[in-house]
Amino acid sequence: MHPVIPYVIAAALVGLGAYGVLVRRNAILLLMAVELILGGVNLVLVTADATVRAVLPAGGQVFALFVIVLAAAEIGVALALVLQLYRLRRAVAVDEIPLEREP
Amino acid sequence: MTTADLLLVALGAVAVGAGVLVVSTRHIVRAGLWLVVNLLAVAGCYLVLAAELVAWVQVLLYVGAVVVLLLFAVMLTRAPIGASDDLDRPRWPGALIGGGAGLGLAALFVSGYRWSRVDLPSPGTATALGEQIFTAWVLPFEVVGVLLLAALIGAIVVSRPDIGSR
Amino acid sequence: MTALLASLPLIPFGAALVGLLLRGRRLPAALAVVSAAATLVVALSLLSLERLERTAVVADFVDIEVTAGVRATTATVWVAVTVAVVALAVQLYSVAYLHDDERYAPYAAQVSLFTAAMLLVVVSADLVQLLVGWEVMGICSYLLIGHDRRLPEAPRAAVKAFLVTRVGDVGFLLGIALLGVRVGSFRIDTVLAADLPAGTRLTVCLLLLAGVAGKSAQFPLHTWLPDAMAGPTPISALIHAATMVAAGVYVVAVLYPLFAATPVALTVLGIMAVVTMLLGALAATAQADMKRVLAWSTVSQLGYMTGALAVGVPSAALFHLLTHAAFKALLFLAAGAVIHAIGSNLIADAGGLRRSMPVTFVVTTIGLAALVGVPPFAGFWSKEAVLAAALHEGSGIAWVVYGVGVVTVAVTGWYATRLWLGLFFGPPRASSPHEPPALMRGPVVVLAVPAALLGFVALAPDFSARLGALSTTGPSPELGHLDAAVLVPLLASAFGVALAWLMWRRDPAADPAARLPGRGSFASAFYLDAVQDALVTRPVLAVSAAVLRADESGVGGAVRGIGRGSRGAGGRLALLHRAPMPRAATAALAGALVLGVGAVVLRAVL
Repeated sequence: MHPVIPYVIAAALVGLGAYGVLVRRNAILLLMAVELILGGVNLVLVTADATVRAVLPAGGQVFALFVIVLAAAEIGVALALVLQLYRLRRAVAVDEIPLEREP
Repeated sequence: MTTADLLLVALGAVAVGAGVLVVSTRHIVRAGLWLVVNLLAVAGCYLVLAAELVAWVQVLLYVGAVVVLLLFAVMLTRAPIGASDDLDRPRWPGALIGGGAGLGLAALFVSGYRWSRVDLPSPGTATALGEQIFTAWVLPFEVVGVLLLAALIGAIVVSRPDIGSR
Repeated sequence: MTALLASLPLIPFGAALVGLLLRGRRLPAALAVVSAAATLVVALSLLSLERLERTAVVADFVDIEVTAGVRATTATVWVAVTVAVVALAVQLYSVAYLHDDERYAPYAAQVSLFTAAMLLVVVSADLVQLLVGWEVMGICSYLLIGHDRRLPEAPRAAVKAFLVTRVGDVGFLLGIALLGVRVGSFRIDTVLAADLPAGTRLTVCLLLLAGVAGKSAQFPLHTWLPDAMAGPTPISALIHAATMVAAGVYVVAVLYPLFAATPVALTVLGIMAVVTMLLGALAATAQADMKRVLAWSTVSQLGYMTGALAVGVPSAALFHLLTHAAFKALLFLAAGAVIHAIGSNLIADAGGLRRSMPVTFVVTTIGLAALVGVPPFAGFWSKEAVLAAALHEGSGIAWVVYGVGVVTVAVTGWYATRLWLGLFFGPPRASSPHEPPALMRGPVVVLAVPAALLGFVALAPDFSARLGALSTTGPSPELGHLDAAVLVPLLASAFGVALAWLMWRRDPAADPAARLPGRGSFASAFYLDAVQDALVTRPVLAVSAAVLRADESGVGGAVRGIGRGSRGAGGRLALLHRAPMPRAATAALAGALVLGVGAVVLRAVL
């Protein structure tokens, strides 16, 4: 097995995700792009687990599990925010969130 | 090139192709569906890399829960079903940064690993992973549990305006 | 003796401190009168004093020391007695004069404080101590001139008096400081004994003269004195006739050895004296306000005193100081009685008062006779002493002093006669004037005695020597000595009196001053106020306005600008921070990318 293959796949996923985060207007599409990044990161972790013999066995997989759990938590809170935004402004385009008001 | 390599290349091609479609399609719902494809392909990669449990958790949690949640959100926000033209903003900064990040990381990995090869470990079982989690990683595991609880409460509070503002 | 001498300023000072805490009328009045009387008794008990100097070092700064103590000669005690008598008279008089003034209690306390300050100047053995009294007098003068706040001009006059004397006091302070630093001590005896280089001595003397000109209302710092008549009349008697203005003359007499060794300073003093003398007398001729006539006459008489100092006979100056204090206090208090009776300051509102106010008429006549120098009243002896001293000295400036002095005698005769005729003769104008209450009449009558008779002490055998002992250790010229030269000033005053009488005779109802040539410039004292206004006040105000503007717009503007600028910059930075999500995300990711690239490149390079 050549580890460079999954690593390059992971790098490509992270790059795609970053592109998506920056380009997408719709908050839900933006979250999907974030999922892409997380997928790439997980792939790095799992590949590292398979290629590097660490002191603790399966550390990479454990991390990958944790990341998945965190992603679930993140998506839950983020969707709550998106729904609240939609309720307030009838739109989920992140461009239109006004921030210039004095605190 | 071993079988594993061939599988990884194929699955990787699917994952990257689906990822490209996720960030470029003009249909919101289709983006969600392409994300499913992407996540399944990544799960396949995990399987090849001898991480069975992670692969199934990925399928369960991501495909089963996260994507469903996302699709619900799409529906709740009355997103247009057909193609919409205003999903993207100007592409060049994103392309620059995203491309830079992807290519840069890839270059790092390539320069780090070259064409070296390793032998895949024997497929790990859920028992082995569970042992690790509940011995070496038990404290982070508990913390993650607390964090999940906090996220749960936070999500409820945020989505219920009658709680947030007194 | 030392304790008694020290108690001279301390008694009224204590009375002032207590008096400032009191309210009401009876208690402050009793305190003021009793303390003034006690001061007088102490002063009288010291009359036998020959010479005394007792000091203690209060602060030693290695190179320079400050002492506290008392220093007195017989002349000192005489001046103290004069101050005490006038103060007592004024306190008694004020009880009646300010009978319906609500702020009587602080007034009486301030008069006591003023008396204390004057006595402190008189008995000081140290220049710093003297300066303290000098400055306290300044502030008391300010407070008392501005006493009557209802008068529109009183606060202005008070500020003017304070500022004009302050101009001189700056010089005085600098002079004392220079003297003390050069000698190494502020003790007067040490200072007088010190051998100073001529340049330093001249500088010191000129600086001290500035202070003297301010306090003693000498040209060109005399302008505050006539305006100070806005204060209550007893204050005019106490401060602006008998004591404070005399302080400058007294200080020059005390430090006379210093001046005697500096002919240039004496010449400057002489020029100041002759200008002041004639200017004051001419200005007095055309004033409509009787108090201003007396004020200008005070300026003129102070010119005589400084003239006597300038020709080198401080004993004559002190003699004139004593007699002038007596008759000028008398005149002011009598004028107060007239004002009390007719309710106006203007001569034009008085007239024919000799029948309705016989006592006031008599005492005013005595006072004016003393002012003019009619023998045998007090003013005759002292003025004669001054003029004789100038004649005997015979140097350049002394001739000028003598000549101007004689001319001034004539002018004095003219304006005194005009005032006398205007107040007591001619058609009566006021309705039912009456003599003032006994409490006001008493002090006036008592003061008439020294005004009439004080001159005869000059005939006492050792009088001149005792007066001169304050200033010099050498012999002093005999003051009571009369010769044929006395006829010159007598004729001059007779000429002035006769001229005024003749001008009045033509039309008793009219003011003789109306027919004076140059009346306008006399009445406005040669427009010196306007000149001062144009040359000093306006430029200073303009400069201070400019400074204020520069401060507000420049310094303050810079501070405010910095504040506003940093707030604005902060706001703009905050605005940058509040970027919308897409831009923020782009920036954050771009930053992360740059950091990563940078890290890799750096590792490759290093």
